[in-house]
Amino acid sequence: MNTISRHFTGRRRTDVKLPPGQHLERGFPVLQTGATPKVRTETWTFTITTEIGERHRWDWDQFMALPAEEITADIHCVTSWSKLGTSWRGVSLDVLLDGVTTEAAYVMAKSSDGYTTNLPLADLRDGQAWVAFEYDGRPLRTQHGGPARLLVPHLYFWKSAKWVIGLDLMRTDSRGFWEKLGYHDYGDPWREQRYQGD
Amino acid sequence: MARAAVSGRLISGPRPWLVGTVKALTDETATARTLALDAPGWPGHLPGQHADVRLTAEDGYTAQRSYSIASAPMADRLELTVQRLDDGEVSPYLAGFAEPGDQFDLRGPIGGWFTWSPPPEPAEPPEPAEPAEPSEPAATESVEPAGAELKPLMLLAGGSGIVPLMSMIRAHGAAQSKVPVGLIYSVRSPSDVIYASELSERSVSSPLSVTYLYTRAAHRGVPPGRINAAVIATSAFPPDSSPDIFVCGPSGFVEAATSLLVEAGHEEGSIKTERFGPTGT
Repeated sequence: MNTISRHFTGRRRTDVKLPPGQHLERGFPVLQTGATPKVRTETWTFTITTEIGERHRWDWDQFMALPAEEITADIHCVTSWSKLGTSWRGVSLDVLLDGVTTEAAYVMAKSSDGYTTNLPLADLRDGQAWVAFEYDGRPLRTQHGGPARLLVPHLYFWKSAKWVIGLDLMRTDSRGFWEKLGYHDYGDPWREQRYQGD
Repeated sequence: MARAAVSGRLISGPRPWLVGTVKALTDETATARTLALDAPGWPGHLPGQHADVRLTAEDGYTAQRSYSIASAPMADRLELTVQRLDDGEVSPYLAGFAEPGDQFDLRGPIGGWFTWSPPPEPAEPPEPAEPAEPSEPAATESVEPAGAELKPLMLLAGGSGIVPLMSMIRAHGAAQSKVPVGLIYSVRSPSDVIYASELSERSVSSPLSVTYLYTRAAHRGVPPGRINAAVIATSAFPPDSSPDIFVCGPSGFVEAATSLLVEAGHEEGSIKTERFGPTGT
């Protein structure tokens, strides 16, 4: 049961449907936990490590040679802003996971600054997730996770790890950086799964 | 142990919606207002954490935002300082229309990364042999080496980024902590300084030093300026003192300050940041 606040009317939008508790943002806020790491494409690699330790690794040139696609997606940050119709270019996880033999059910995404976030592997398949390297037609800026970030737009945006350098496939779920600090293990914005217990 | 359990609950415990009632309002600047709230059931917080506020109109329309907590930790009460944004939806209500007695929904505390609590004071010299609980193993994790240096606390605020840092300063004051605290506080002009008189009092009564930077208009005879390497060199604790560093403010300020700190030799891992506001793209 909500508490009614006197004199509050709000700024209503009836033309867009947002997940509960979200509001529209026109800019592109930056949220991160520390200094912006300098990640160079010359030394960047992306590594998928299976649950039995098999490694599948791409350097930048190999990664750029993979088939990429344009993505248009709405993104939802747990701090309550949403941004609609953002456009990206990236490599689908279906491409990257093709040829990876695994029985894992979960993934720990890892970033160059030590950041981690956990997701079900199924949420990275079937055209739901990418490693993105362009935003709005330009190379992805460092502040927004460049040169490459995970893009999983159907989950809250902290799952879309910036500066992503790899995925560890896991048989059982294990918590990443924010998940250990009280944020939800799955993070579906439409079910408003912001924090543990939601 | 008890301490760790309490902070664990504040980081990942249940966060039901509570009712917050406005008890008092304080205008801090022309655009920033502090709301002192009664919130029965509020579990307290760790300095640096925030709260989610949900406003509901009479017809059921809702809007939700996060606000940093300004007060030192207390049960059942908290203070939020809200900067009014002209194009905002929630801040014009909180920092404008809200009156004592008004109510809204509140949940938290949120966030377990951008937090600092005063370290426990070194234990008193042990009492002579109390043979009680002889089998109790020593709580090794709480034993600090004798004469351990206190890690200084370095705070860098841009605009209303001072709010979560003020919670740290107030918690430091409440604990009468001896940890040296340095604050570099960048605002547009002297009239935009939030908590000006309290900061000035605390810099006399506690080991706090404050450096102000005015980006648009300074005092007479003082040129305006932004954060730069010289300010970091003269006003920040040096890297070899291993300070805990917290930077909060608009994205441009945080980006500039963290880059300067890293260039000055501070470990990236010692710097925690919190940003607000869009960056364009």
